[in-house]
Amino acid sequence: MKKKIKIALAGNPNSGKTTIFNNLTGSRQHVGNWPGVTVEKKDGTFTYEGIEMKVVDLPGIYSLASHSLDEKIARDFLIEEKPDVVVAIIDSSNLERNLYLAVQLLELGVNLILDLNMIDIIENKGIKIDIKELSRVMSIPVIKTAANKGKGIDNLKSAVKDIYDRREKNTFEIDYGNDLENEIRNLSRFLGEKKILSRYSLRWLVLKLLEQDENILAKIKGLPEEKEVEKKVFESIAKLEKHFGYDVETAIVERRYAFLRGLAKECCHKIMGIRERKEITDRIDQIVTNKFLGIPIFLGLMWLTFQLVFTFGAPLAALIDSFFGWLGGIVSLGMNVLAAPAWISSLLVDGIIGGVGSVLIFLPNILLLFLIISILEGSGYMARAAFIMDRVMHTMGLHGKSFIPMMLGFGCNIPGIMAARTLESEKDRILTILVNPLMSCSARLPIYTLFAGAFFAKHQGLVVFSLYFMGIVLAIVVARIFKSIFFKQEVAPLIMELPPYRLPQVKSVLIHMWEKGSLFLKKAGTIIFVGVIFIWLLASLPAGVEYASKESLIGKLGSLLAPLFSLAGFGTWQAAVSLLFGIVAKEIVVGTLGTLYGVEGMGLKNVILQQFTPLSAYAFMAMSLIYIPCIAAIATIKKETNWKWTALAVGYSLILGWVVAVLIYQIGSLFS
Amino acid sequence: MKPLSKTLTGEKVEIIEIRGGRGLVTKLLNMGFYPGVIVEVVSNCGYGPLIVAKGGIRLGLGFGMAQKVFVK
Ligand SMILES: Nc1nc2c(ncn2[C@@H]2O[C@H](COP(=O)(O)OP(=O)(O)O)[C@@H](O)[C@H]2O)c(=O)[nH]1
Ligand SMILES: [Mg+2]
Repeated sequence: MKKKIKIALAGNPNSGKTTIFNNLTGSRQHVGNWPGVTVEKKDGTFTYEGIEMKVVDLPGIYSLASHSLDEKIARDFLIEEKPDVVVAIIDSSNLERNLYLAVQLLELGVNLILDLNMIDIIENKGIKIDIKELSRVMSIPVIKTAANKGKGIDNLKSAVKDIYDRREKNTFEIDYGNDLENEIRNLSRFLGEKKILSRYSLRWLVLKLLEQDENILAKIKGLPEEKEVEKKVFESIAKLEKHFGYDVETAIVERRYAFLRGLAKECCHKIMGIRERKEITDRIDQIVTNKFLGIPIFLGLMWLTFQLVFTFGAPLAALIDSFFGWLGGIVSLGMNVLAAPAWISSLLVDGIIGGVGSVLIFLPNILLLFLIISILEGSGYMARAAFIMDRVMHTMGLHGKSFIPMMLGFGCNIPGIMAARTLESEKDRILTILVNPLMSCSARLPIYTLFAGAFFAKHQGLVVFSLYFMGIVLAIVVARIFKSIFFKQEVAPLIMELPPYRLPQVKSVLIHMWEKGSLFLKKAGTIIFVGVIFIWLLASLPAGVEYASKESLIGKLGSLLAPLFSLAGFGTWQAAVSLLFGIVAKEIVVGTLGTLYGVEGMGLKNVILQQFTPLSAYAFMAMSLIYIPCIAAIATIKKETNWKWTALAVGYSLILGWVVAVLIYQIGSLFS
Repeated sequence: MKPLSKTLTGEKVEIIEIRGGRGLVTKLLNMGFYPGVIVEVVSNCGYGPLIVAKGGIRLGLGFGMAQKVFVK
């Protein structure tokens, strides 16, 4: 049988895990699909000396005490799935804190390799790390890499193979001092004899119990020996705390850091007298997080982002549009020549090319938006934005870290909702998820572009901006209301590392952009494709009916729903149907209108001009922004929360959307 | 002893005590911010989040958190 080595990359956030992952796997990687499949984990494969290796890139963690969902995922993978080899990716310029995680991994008993990444940074500072000594003290293989330049990756591969072949039990232990060690021994004996949770390394289990780790305590709950264990642990803790005069958790953490401080001192040698200069990062931060300049700079960058997305996106979109126009023409001509039945020609031209084409037009905009978001993330600015916005977010009942999910929501709500995992408090996380769909994702953009382009050509930018702004204001209002109903507690305070500013790497940025963009393509190829065919079918049946006419199935369905929307000024059956299908994916709204009116591009614009008024067009755009998240977003919300919250997200958005659309139309009508 | 929120930019202070919810305390401890550690206040405008530094690590703390970390 061919063996396959399972490798996990673990490390602090920003230590270079993803860069190493990209270097190892190249293009042979698979990024989580839409939720429901094996989403959270980014995995890939590579072969080294004939052996197939499977790598998983885990979310960044500081320790094995998990707080946020993100950290839980990483931790559960390491603890429960037991990868063959774990590579601890160490940011060498922050040796102590990065080794802290490595020490915990060793205590957990995993097969560990230490990868001193960012070695270039520390060597440029004139510091040399003695890896022989480090390897001897921790009794594990140690290698150096500079992942952004692809250096040392081969060493890493061979180290993985070596350690897998040897498979020795690691014997490294930190000496926690007599008092702690005594209690560790006592508890180990007790737990060992009773074989409690014996799938974990004993020493690690005992330490976690002494640290009162919530996850491990939860695992003890319900065991027959629950009471006995709790009593024993409590006795030990009481004894130790009396002795130390402060809590055991702090004592354990302190001992680990004390050991690592010593180790780091021993292993780092200053070889040249390079003068420490004031860090560039601090200098940039003094401007960017300044109390007066911070928010204006932030707003300026946002404005620039949208300018770039639209100015550079528009000509590319026009190119794609004319391509599909041309393709439709060719195909319908070809069908005539072949004398194919009319329905086949209609399926291809009206249904597939028209429908999918009207969606793909937005690929350039979406790629550009994700390109800029990846650059902001990669440079380290995104963390600052969360930091700057912490106060503002607090006033709306959210957390500074809620800000990044909101930002990402402008690209697509799905990564936005998933990004809420970095929030430590469950309540903050759920609230962030609930309002995320109000962040106008790029899939709504086609709707705005079409309607604003038709009715407000002169002020298109302003009108589209007003919709984004409306989404934000509504998110604030909704967050405040939900906060006061469901989550009365205070928002958890912000604790967030601000990574040093770095020039984002072209390769990483492009990969990241492509990951996100390809999800959109995949959607166009699957959900949207199927949706478009389904719509075409409903528009063509019953047999003999004129395509997409009022007598078709879809026409009847639309006529049924249309009265609901007449108060909002768009009570046509076509509008009702397009909104209905928009739930499949918001991009489909435009595609459906195209199919129903049997036109696309400029033609569609002309039809819209006849069917809507400026006021009803604006109400329709507002409705499209607010009502029901798309199916993929609903599935993600369900996956990240539960049915109750998902139902709330769907319900409130539908009602809110309708109310806002009706208000816009009714109030607007008073003035015109 | 005073809360971190009352420090000035540029001050070097020693952490004495961290109060607050268990999860947050655990997080700070594990990130290397435990009693006895000396940190430098990189920026504190007095009413909002502030930045503290320990070695090369820059940590952003919300105002709420800064009121719960006691230093001298
Ligand atoms: N100078 C230097 N930068 C690196 C190195 N490895 C990664 N980086 C950069 O560090 C940043 C964070 O890397 P990333 O892989 O996203 O970290 P992750 O959060 O652990 O996945 C990126 O900007 C990388 O380009 C390295 O060895 N040297
Ligand atoms: Mg990463």
